[in-house]
Parts: sequence; structure tokens; C-alpha cells
Amino acid sequence: MAETSTQAAAQYNYDIVRKFTIMAMVWGVLGMSVGVYIASELAWPFLNFDIPGLTFGRLRPVHTTLVIFGFGGSALFATSYYIVQRTCQVRLYSGAMANFTFWGWQTAITLAIISYFFGYTQGREYAEMTWPIDLLITVTWVAYLVIYVQTLRRRSQPHIYVANWFFISFILATALLHIFNNWAMPVNLFSLTSYSYHAGVQDAMIQWWYGHNAVGFFLTAAFLGMMYYFVPKQAGRPVYSYRLSIVHFWALSFMYMWVGTHHLHWTAIPDWTSTLAATFSIMLLMPSWGGMINGIMTLSGAWDKLRTDPIMLFMITALSFYGMSTFEGPLMSLKSVNALSHYTDWTIGHVHSGALGWVAMISFGSIYHMLPRLYDTKLFSLKLVYVHFWLATIGIVLYISALWVAGIGQGLMLRAFDDYGNLAYTFIESVSFLYLPYVVRAIGGLFFVIGAIIMAYNLYMTVRQAKRDQAEIDAKLAAKMA
Amino acid sequence: MFKHETIETHAGWLIVLTLLAIGVGGLVEIVPLYMIESTIEKVDGVRPYTPLEQRGRDLYIREGCYLCHSQMIRPFRDEMMRYGHYSLAAESQYDHPFQWGSKRTGPDLARLGGKYSNEWHVQHMTAPRSVVPESIMPNYPWLLKNKLDISDIADRMRALKMVSVPYSETKAEYDANVSKFGKDVAVMLDINRAQENLIAQAQKGNYDGNKADISEMDALIAYLQVLGTMVDFSKYDEAYFVKFR
Repeated sequence: MAETSTQAAAQYNYDIVRKFTIMAMVWGVLGMSVGVYIASELAWPFLNFDIPGLTFGRLRPVHTTLVIFGFGGSALFATSYYIVQRTCQVRLYSGAMANFTFWGWQTAITLAIISYFFGYTQGREYAEMTWPIDLLITVTWVAYLVIYVQTLRRRSQPHIYVANWFFISFILATALLHIFNNWAMPVNLFSLTSYSYHAGVQDAMIQWWYGHNAVGFFLTAAFLGMMYYFVPKQAGRPVYSYRLSIVHFWALSFMYMWVGTHHLHWTAIPDWTSTLAATFSIMLLMPSWGGMINGIMTLSGAWDKLRTDPIMLFMITALSFYGMSTFEGPLMSLKSVNALSHYTDWTIGHVHSGALGWVAMISFGSIYHMLPRLYDTKLFSLKLVYVHFWLATIGIVLYISALWVAGIGQGLMLRAFDDYGNLAYTFIESVSFLYLPYVVRAIGGLFFVIGAIIMAYNLYMTVRQAKRDQAEIDAKLAAKMA
Repeated sequence: MFKHETIETHAGWLIVLTLLAIGVGGLVEIVPLYMIESTIEKVDGVRPYTPLEQRGRDLYIREGCYLCHSQMIRPFRDEMMRYGHYSLAAESQYDHPFQWGSKRTGPDLARLGGKYSNEWHVQHMTAPRSVVPESIMPNYPWLLKNKLDISDIADRMRALKMVSVPYSETKAEYDANVSKFGKDVAVMLDINRAQENLIAQAQKGNYDGNKADISEMDALIAYLQVLGTMVDFSKYDEAYFVKFR
């Protein structure tokens, strides 16, 4: 793939990629900041300020929606539109439809956070959006699928590149999960409230089938697609093993859908479902590590890049965190471990080692790689990329360690008995114990946000510089013409 | 022979086979939960929520209580000592959506009903640290000030009926409820009497200590006070529930 970027800019639809990239950064900084705020509320509850919209219960969906769907979603739209064009060597299908996906998605995010503020929610984790927003997302998503498939069909390459398999799998799975999990009956046409079609056990099953595969497909498969394009590109080397990518793609797609019930161990759900989920969770370690190995080994023969290229640092660290959290996940899915970890902050720590370590780091790396190419320029400052990298890494380590202490500590306290067989601690004693870990966690999060803000500044300066250079060239051209 | 290259060069194959791969897991785990009868234990006492309790449940969801409180007691010694009998599937069979939760920043609420007085709840909800100094729960003073919106209660019950909660609208449905739940409960499940039932329960219960009007606090406490109280566990032998697990 030879790069003559001025040509590329004309040949490909970069405008849509730029728009989604900018919104990914906007939502990212905002969503992570809200995360730090609600983390601080847990340490210092006065921060709830007796204002309904600022309480933890209403802000938490704002945080999750902004980072998962606002930041993650926009980053995926941007990179998938970029990758499908570059790997198929064809312009994106229908600019109008692509614009529709942009406005549809951004409107859904905006409406969602406003509605949470006023208390309109479905009460389903990671699917809190009310039914009209769900409908908007459905329409947007169908347009996304059509654009993606039509672009694939117009490709000027015989093969569909591996990154696109992951994106297709992600688009299809997300559609399936979204529709079934949000199946609900509105109170009436003018009410934002609806009641889920399913109840109790079945509802729990479907919610966690959705919930864990939001992780599996939205936050894993799709970001693997990102990885499969940007890591080889940045390393300047081909993917380590094509065969491994085939095996782990199919294994991952098949197995992830079985594991949701590990969120429901020891609950009123029948034991067979949670045993099945635990079994598949253990097996899932293989395809997960298949992806990690394939990504990291792509660098073999070019390891020196880690010393000179901070973008590569982001990508390899992302893959390392991916490997770590996909090892921790199966461990926590064992019923005996889960008995301790469930309901505690260990789970929150685990999610963030995946979300910050893997999802955010690989997105940062990819955007650092992609943005200069979108504007046909160079990154404003590589030094700031280093600063961002270390802030983010230190932030994650503080965050995860604090919540290991919090989760395992609280888990042990709640199951401790004294010599007479009575409970050794009251619940509130375990809450007091959490104060220090919560403070450290908030500080870790703050490090991460500051890193993201530095990135936003770096990108802003890059774009400004590109526009200035362009204006200069235009002026020179105009002078020559005159 | 079918080669992987065929999938790599045909978008149609890729889509169809991917759909197959991702479809199986959900199908195998979800469908049987509707078919296998022992999924939900057969116990007496579990009934749909009264109009006031249901409005309280709506508020529970509005404030995002489920993000810090679970409603699912696991069958462990420490949880039974702390919270009571482990939760049954039957106890949440009318919960749309389920509120089992996934995180205990605060304690489990599955059997909160009857543990504390209404006065305690009012005080705790308005200013949690005035009763539990180490608590990190937000204050919810507006629950006491806001009047409960009861205008669309019938619509809400109708929507729940559409998703198969046995609220009654016709005489036949009412009679079916009488034979299933007894007359006292059946009356409360009658959509035609929803508003008057709601007002009557709020007046009689006087949950927020103020009879003058019905506040959001009335509804929320009515809901909290019924949590986990519907099944009379003294009527069942422990071995009975194990059969269903």
C-alpha cells in the first residue's frame, strides 16, 4: 500500500473519519472526567451536593455511556471507516449515509446523557438509554452495516483483510444484542419510560448476555480489528501469523456469546447456565491470547521501535493489558473466585484494566498514527506523546492496584467470622475500609484524564499546524497564478 | 473442498458464517430458561407489585439505586447471616426489568422489607449520615418534597400487563387473579382501581409520616418495605428449594 497522501485524501472519504475522531476525543475527555468525579463521590460523598442530576446513581450511566459509546464508539466508527477504505482501496460507500451515521450516533449520545441527568433510564447496565434513543441507535446501526458491506463489496482487492472480519463480527453481534436486550413496552407513546419484555431470571440472562458481549464485541473484537491494521502499519511489518488470526477470529466470535452468565454465579439463575459460562470463559483464554500473541509478535524483529516510537509503546502496552485482563477474566469467572470477587470493586478494577489498558490505549495509539495521515502532516509533538503514555500507564497501575486492595479486602472482610461463629465485620466497617483505596483510585483516574487532555491538545495543535501549512501552500499557489 | 479463502473473498459467506458463530451461544443459554419448568421455583406468596409499590420501584430505577445495591442474596453462610434466606428466582418473576445488581457499594436490599421502620427510612433517605455516620450514600431530600406523579399509573400497569404481569382489566382476568392470589391481592392488581388503590395504600401506610399528600418518599418506602417479604420461608423445608437449583 504505497502512500501518496494528497491522492489518498481525494480518493478516500477522510472527512467522516476526521469528524468521528474529533468526537471520540471530546467524549473521551468528558466521559473520563465524569468517571473521576463519580470516583471522588465514593470517597467524599458531599460531592453529590444534594442535586439529583449529580448523584452517583444518575452520573454513573453518563460515565459509562460517554466512554463506551461516545469515546469507544466514535473511535470505532472513525478507525473502521478509515481501515475499510485503505484495505479495500476504494472510497467509502455513500457519503450521505456516512454523515447520517455520524449525526445519528452523536445525537443518541447527547440525548442519552441529558436524559440520565433527568432520571430517564431503563435501569439496565450499559443499556440505560430509553426506548426512543434505542430506536435511533438501531437505525444508525443498520446504516453502518449497509455502508460497511457495500464498501466491502466494491473493494478492488480480492481478499477481505482480517481487520474487516472483526469489524463485521462486531457490527452484527452488536445489532443482535442491542435489539434483544432492549425489547421493551413503552408506558405510552409520549412516555420515555418502558418496561422490559423479559422479567427476573430470563431478564438477567439476556442483560448479561448483552452486557458481557458489549465487552466481547464492542470493546474487544472491534478493537482487535483496530489492532490488526494499526499495529502492522506502525511497526512496518506484516501480521505475525495469518493462520493464527483465522483460528482466533472464529474461536473468539463463537465463544464470547456463551460467557455472559459468569456475571450471575451463585444467583437464582439455574446452575447449568453459570457452569456453561464458566467453562467457556476458561476456554476463551486461548483465542484472547491468540490475538495478543499475534499483535505483540508482529513486532518481532523490530523490537527496537519500542525505544524510539511512543506510538508503538501505546500499542504494545495495550496488547499487554489485553493479555493481562483476559487472564484475570477467566480467573474471576471461576465460581470459587467469583464468590469473593462478585459485588466488589475487584470487578470494577478488572473492567478498567481492560477499558483503560486495552481499549483506550489501543485507541490512543491508533489515533496518533491516523490523525497526521488524515491531515497530511506530522504530529505536533512526540515528546507530549511520551508524557501522555507515562501518565496513562501510571494512572492505570494506581487504579487497578487500588481496586485489587479494595475488592479482595472487602470480599475477605464480609466473609470473616469471629471465634464464636458470628460475622466479624458489619457492612459499614467494610465501607470505611474502602476510603483509602477509593482516594488512590480517583488519583489514578485523574492521571489518566490529564494524559487524555494532553493528547487532545497535541491533536489540536497538529490540526492547526496542518491548516496553517495548507493555507501557506494555497497562498503560494495563488501568488504563482497571479 | 471448502477453503477458508472462500470466506476471505466473499463478503456474503463471511456474514452468514459469522452470524452462525455468534448466534449459537445465546440460543443455547436463553431459550431453555423459558422451556425448563424448574427454572422458577413453585412457591406461594409472590405477587405483582401494588400500584404504589410499582411507582416506588420506578423511582428506585430513576435514581439508579441498582448501581450500588444488589437485590440478590447468594447461598453463603455470611450472606444468610447478614441478609437472610438466599434469593429465589420466583421472587423476581414480576420484575421488569430485574434489579439484581452487580455491585455492592451499599448492602444487599433483597430482604430489606420490615427490617427498619418507616421513620428510619425517611431519616436515612433524607440524610444517610445522620443515622450511619460512615455511610457514603448521597442524600435524597427531594423524595420527601416531590409529589408523586400518579397520572399515568393505569398506563404503566397496562404496559406491564403487555409484558405478561397479571394485572387485571376485565372481569375474567380479575376472577383469575382472585383464584390465584386471593381476593385482597386481586383487588390491588385491578387496573380499573389503580389510582384509588394507590391513594388508599399511601394514606393507610403513611410511609413518609405526612398524610397531607403523597410524596415520592411514600412510594419508594412502600417498595422497600415489601422487598423479600412475599415468601413465608417457615412454610418450606430447606431441601425443597435445592431441587430447583
